[in-house]
Amino acid sequence: MSTSTFVATTSTREPATAIYDHIIPAGDGWIHDLAAGQVLRIVDLEGNQAVDTLFYATEDPGDHYSAIQTITGQQNLYLTTGSVLVAESGRELLQITADTCGRHDTIGGACSAQSNTVRYSHDTLPMHNCRDTFMLMLSSRPEFSKRDLAPNVNFFMNVPVTPEGKLTFADGVSGPGRYVELVALAPVTVLISNCPQLNNPCNAYNPTPAQVLIWEAEGSDSHV
Amino acid sequence: MTSIRIQAGGKWSGYISRGKNIRMTAAGDRANLTTLLFQASDPSERYNMPDSLKAQHTAYLTSGHVLMSDQGRVLASIIDDTTGWHDTLSGYTTRRSTDRKYGVTTYQQERNDWYRSGYENLVVEMYRHRLTPRDLCTPVNFFSKVVCELDGTMRYESQPTAGTSITLRTEMELLLVVSNTPNPLDPEGRYPDSVIELTFSDAEPVKEDDRCLVHCEENRRAFENTWQAQSLLKGAY
Repeated sequence: MSTSTFVATTSTREPATAIYDHIIPAGDGWIHDLAAGQVLRIVDLEGNQAVDTLFYATEDPGDHYSAIQTITGQQNLYLTTGSVLVAESGRELLQITADTCGRHDTIGGACSAQSNTVRYSHDTLPMHNCRDTFMLMLSSRPEFSKRDLAPNVNFFMNVPVTPEGKLTFADGVSGPGRYVELVALAPVTVLISNCPQLNNPCNAYNPTPAQVLIWEAEGSDSHV
Repeated sequence: MTSIRIQAGGKWSGYISRGKNIRMTAAGDRANLTTLLFQASDPSERYNMPDSLKAQHTAYLTSGHVLMSDQGRVLASIIDDTTGWHDTLSGYTTRRSTDRKYGVTTYQQERNDWYRSGYENLVVEMYRHRLTPRDLCTPVNFFSKVVCELDGTMRYESQPTAGTSITLRTEMELLLVVSNTPNPLDPEGRYPDSVIELTFSDAEPVKEDDRCLVHCEENRRAFENTWQAQSLLKGAY
């Protein structure tokens, strides 16, 4: 059995050459279409911020990212450089091409008011949560409905599973300025909730902004 | 008592009221029952893998655990289990993965002995109830054990399943969709042949010392959410 490893891989892309640059405040959402070949970088600006992310095949929005198809395909629970993110149909959506954090979760899901009442206490019901952000963002597009919510990626979040089958939420794998970079292998719609959770250490009890940058496909002259 | 026999490669779906026991029994080893649960009247409420695992601090399911929906409610409780470990992380087989591992089979050549895939079985049974592939989400693989090493490596671990059973008690009106197809990480190249039998009976009411209710405070609050929703609808139908 090998031990836990976190390997950082960097990117040579310069923010100055990005065609898109946007800050997502803590607790906000973001939905955006990527063309095949475009590169998306998500930056954990201040460190230890969970960025809950879903992906859809833009040409068939009913085909959503599949956490289990992705981890079963690579026979590994954690996402990092080289991981290919696939949809329920098996369609390849994106590949992680750089990662200075080294490990990202995809079984921890997104927080919701209802799961907060179960996990913490009934009086957490009014607290802002990722599932509300996801639903608000999806409702802005007629092609989506609540049925399109499925287990997501939690960039910069660590949810270790032990060989005995214990599952915990751990903090501390990310840090200020760490980023993950993904290339779209098909036209992909990206949905982000910059997590507002205050009840566990996934945001170090202090949700902070995240940055998204997009670069044009290599060798492409077109612009967004 | 009603029984349904699901052959290897077989599938089944149906509506089940609250307060039933569903006993699943495997006849042979390497059994794997890929299972999705939906709320009967609003199937957008469904089994939610992350919410179930986070609340109970576990990556697998056994007796005492419950299957929670995305609405923080209990769909079903595991009141008995002689198998020991039920996989929540490995998903379903596809036509491509089935052909690659077991060899290409077609109905035309093999007739009803052809090898079915989890994806196709689930999609057909969901479609029967007006659900489409966009409703696919993470299933439970009853009877399979999949272990995650500290570096994240996922490994199918053989556990005896012949003669073992698991009993679910329904806590809401459910649509159950099942596929008796292999675990995607089962490394053996021979298609499994275990029959799985489902037996349905009336459940005893949930008592104060119920093992699933008292398993953890999280489970109690999920039951409270379930009962609150049911009390608000009492008399409506």
